[in-house]
Amino acid sequence: MLEKIKFYQTGSNTVGNRLLNPSMRTIQASVDRPNALISGHRACQGCGEALGARYAIDAAMRATGGQLMVVNATGCLEVFSTPYPESAWRLPWMHSLFGNAAAVGSGLASAAKIRAQKNGDSVVPRVIAQGGDGGTTDIGMGCLSGMFDRNDDVLYICYDNEAYMNTGVQRSSATPPSARTATTMPVGEHPGADWGKGKDVPLIAMAHGIPYVATATVADLRDLEQKVTKAMSYHGARYIQILVPCPLGWGLKSSGLTVTAARLAMETGFYPIFEAEYGKITSVRKIRAKQPVTNYLKIQKRYAHLLKKNADPNTVARLQAMCDQNIKDFGLLGDDQPELNPTAIQAYERSQAI
Amino acid sequence: MLKKAFAVTLDPATSLENHTGSWRTLRPVNVFKLPPCNKQCPAGENIQQWLYYAAQGDYEQAWRILTEENPFPACMGRVCYHTCEGKCNRGLLDESVGINSVERFLGDYALEHGLAFKRPTRESGKKVLIIGAGPAGLSAAYHLRRFGHTVHVVEQGKEPGGMMRYGIPTYRLPRDILDKEIKRITDMGVTIECGRKVDDIEAEKAKGKYDAVILGLGAGISQNVDIPQGDTNHILNALKVLGEIETTGKLDSEIKVARKVAVYGGGNTAVDVARSLRRFGAEPIIVYRRNRDKMRASEEEMAAAEAEGVQVKWLSTITGASKDKLKIEKMALDENGYPQPTGEFEELPADAVVLALGQNVDQAAIQKLKELKFEKDSLIVDPVTLETSVKGIFAAGDCATRDRTVTHAIGMGKNAARAVNAYLKGTVYKKQPKHEDAKFEDMHPWYYSEAPKTVRPELEAARRTSNFDEVQHGLTEENAIFEARRCLSCGNCMECDNCYGVCPDSAIIKLGPGKGYEFNYDYCKGCGICAQECPCGHIAMVPEKI
Repeated sequence: MLEKIKFYQTGSNTVGNRLLNPSMRTIQASVDRPNALISGHRACQGCGEALGARYAIDAAMRATGGQLMVVNATGCLEVFSTPYPESAWRLPWMHSLFGNAAAVGSGLASAAKIRAQKNGDSVVPRVIAQGGDGGTTDIGMGCLSGMFDRNDDVLYICYDNEAYMNTGVQRSSATPPSARTATTMPVGEHPGADWGKGKDVPLIAMAHGIPYVATATVADLRDLEQKVTKAMSYHGARYIQILVPCPLGWGLKSSGLTVTAARLAMETGFYPIFEAEYGKITSVRKIRAKQPVTNYLKIQKRYAHLLKKNADPNTVARLQAMCDQNIKDFGLLGDDQPELNPTAIQAYERSQAI
Repeated sequence: MLKKAFAVTLDPATSLENHTGSWRTLRPVNVFKLPPCNKQCPAGENIQQWLYYAAQGDYEQAWRILTEENPFPACMGRVCYHTCEGKCNRGLLDESVGINSVERFLGDYALEHGLAFKRPTRESGKKVLIIGAGPAGLSAAYHLRRFGHTVHVVEQGKEPGGMMRYGIPTYRLPRDILDKEIKRITDMGVTIECGRKVDDIEAEKAKGKYDAVILGLGAGISQNVDIPQGDTNHILNALKVLGEIETTGKLDSEIKVARKVAVYGGGNTAVDVARSLRRFGAEPIIVYRRNRDKMRASEEEMAAAEAEGVQVKWLSTITGASKDKLKIEKMALDENGYPQPTGEFEELPADAVVLALGQNVDQAAIQKLKELKFEKDSLIVDPVTLETSVKGIFAAGDCATRDRTVTHAIGMGKNAARAVNAYLKGTVYKKQPKHEDAKFEDMHPWYYSEAPKTVRPELEAARRTSNFDEVQHGLTEENAIFEARRCLSCGNCMECDNCYGVCPDSAIIKLGPGKGYEFNYDYCKGCGICAQECPCGHIAMVPEKI
C-alpha cells in the first residue's frame, strides 16, 4: 500500500525519508554508507568540497563493491584530508603532484589491469582521479586531455569551487566573470574577474568524444549519485565536474549556505547540469523553480561589488543574460529533450570500440 | 639511528583522532515547534504527531495518539469544523492537508477493528460527578477515568451525547457512530445515568460522596425574540425542531404543514435546521441580519446548504409574521460592521419561522447553588482551571464559554479533567508552556513537492436533499495515506535524512527508524548546513558557551 501511493511530503527531494520506498533513497541516507571521507578532516566549516567528495566516492564505492583506488591532485581536498600521518580516507588513496592526477590515474589503471591478469583475479580495481578546478582546468589540463585522448579507464572528478582556494583564493580558468578573487580584485573600470576568459572543461571533455561527461552539484544528491554510478558502469575515460561552493572563498553570508548556493547556481541557470555520452548531451537537469541571478549573487561577498549602489547595473544584466543563454542552449526549462549537437569524430570510434 | 625514511617515521593514523568539534562557535540543536494545526485545534489534538503515524500506515498508533486528547475521532471526523486546515502551512504551498478526513478514517478504522481504550492500571479511589453527558461531560469523564478516578455521569436526556445527539442532524453524524464511541468510554468503567435531572448539585455531591463535580450542562435553551404575529403563523425554535427529528424521526407537527419555512439566524444551527428541513421537502430560506462575510456558520456547511437548494436572505430582520408571509426590514452594515435598520420593508412568503438565534444555559439546574457566579449567559470559571466560584465544582462546554462547538467542548472537558485531577491531588493545575510556533518562514519549501488535495466524493446533491444519509464520505485507506503523507511535519522531525546527508563532517548519527538523529559534537564544526537544509525547521543553531 505505502509503495504504490505517490509521496507528496518531500517526494524524492530530500536525502531520504522514512516514508520513501527504500529503493528511492540515496546512498547517503543509509546507515551503512561507505563514509569514504570520515569525520575529523580539517576542511573549513561548511566545506562543499568535503561534502561533494564523500557523496561522489561513496557512490563509486557502492558501484564498484569497494574495489576502488583514488588519486588526488594537490589542493584543499588533499591538504585537509591527509595531514601527515593522519588520513580521513577509508580507501586506497594516493597523491603525487598538482598537475598529474590524471596521468597517475592512467598508470594506476594500467597497473591494476596487468596485476589482475598476472594474479588471475577476475575483478580489476577501478580508479578515480580527482582534483580541484585549479589542478584540473589549469595545471592538470595537459595530463587530463592526454588521459581522454588515450581513453584510459579512469573517472576524473573535478570539484569545482571556481578558484585556487587552498593557496588563498586566486583566480583559475574556472572562475566566473566579475567574481572577486585575490588576483581579480574589485577595482578599476571592470572590477572582478575579466569577461571573455576561462574555459568550459565539460565541453572540452565532450569534444574528446569520451564515453561519459557530466556536471553535478552538491545540491542535488540523487542526480550526483546517479551520475557517478552511471560513470562507473562505463569503461574508458570519463569526466564529472561537481560544483562545490566554498564558504570562505565565495564569501558566503554564512557557512551553512553551501548547499543553498549550489542550488541557486542550478536554479538560476548559472551552472547548467547535464550529462553527455560519447560527445552528445543526453539529458539535462531541468530547473524546478527559476530564480533571478541576483538571488545567487547576493549571498556571496565575491559579487558584493556588483550590487553596490554605484555599481554598473549592466554587469548584473550581462550575468543574467549569460544565465538566460545557458537556459536556452541547454534547454533547462520545459520538458523538451536536448537537441543533437555536433560531436567529435573520435566519439564514433570510441562508441564502436566498446 | 632511524631505520626508516624520515617521511614515514610515524605510523598511519585516522583523522578521527582530530576532534574538530572544538572549532565550533554555534551548536546545532533539535527544536520542537508547535505546528499551526495543533495550535489551532480547540481540542488540543497533537495532529502533526498522529499524521506522522498515519502516514506510515500505523493506524492504531495514530489513533492512540489522537485519543490521548480526544475520545471521539469518528464523530470529530464528521462534525468538527476543522479550523486546523485553515491554518495548515501546506495551504501556503498548494492546498491544506485534509486533516479532518484522516481523522475520520482513523476513527472509523478504530471502530471497525474494535480498538478499545485501556482501563486505568490503578484506581485512585476518588469519585467525580459529572452533570451532563454532552461532548464536554463525556470528554471529562474519559480523561478522569484515564487518571484512575471513579466517574459517574448524570444526564437529563434519554440518551447520552448532548448536542451531538439532539443538535447535530443525522446526515452529519450517524447515531451508530456516536453510540459506539460513547460505549468505548463506558467500557472503561465510566457509568452514565440517563433521564434524570439534578436539581440540587450540592446535595447530590454530598449524597454520593463525590470529591469533585464537573458541570457540563450545555446551552439547551433556544434564545427567543419577540416577533409580532398573527395567531396562524408558526414560530418554533431550532433545538426543538432538531430534537424532534432525532427522537421521532419526523418533523414537528406544527411545522409539518409548512412548505416555505424561514430560518432566522446565521450560525451553524440555522444551517443545520435549514438542511434538515430541506430533507423533508420544505423550502427553507435563511434570514440573516448581516451579510455572508459576517456569517458565523462554517463556510463549508453553508456552501453545502446552498448546493442543496437552501436559499438565503441577507441583511434582513423579521419584524412581523402573519398567516403566510413575513414582514422583513432591510438592514445596512455601519462602518463597524453592525447591522442598522434602514426603514425599508418588504414581504417574504413563509408559512413558518424557526428561530436559530443562539442558545442559553438552563439556569434552573443551578439556581440552588447561590454562590455560583453567572455572567450574561455562561458560568464564570477560572480561565486555567475551569473551576467555578464554588470550590470543587468545575464547568466545561457550552455552559462556560461563548465558543460553542463540539470540538471546543471536548477540549474544555479535557482541560477540566486535568484541573480536577490536580485538585484531587491537592495541587493546582497549570498549563504546560507551549513550544514556539512553527511558521511557514521556518520551513524550506523547496524540498516539498506539490500535490492536489483529494476531493472527498460527495453524494449527489439531489440524493442528499431527499434523505438523511451521511453526506460526506470518508476517505479510502489509499486516500487517507495520501493526505497524511502530504503533511509538512512543521517544526518536528519527519526523518527525511537531510541533516544526515548534508553534513560535510559526517557528524550526524542516524539512530534508526522512529528514533531520529543525534549530533556528534566531537566532530561537528557548527557550520549550520543541517539547520539551513532541514525542510521542517527542526534544527536551530545556538551560540556555544565559551
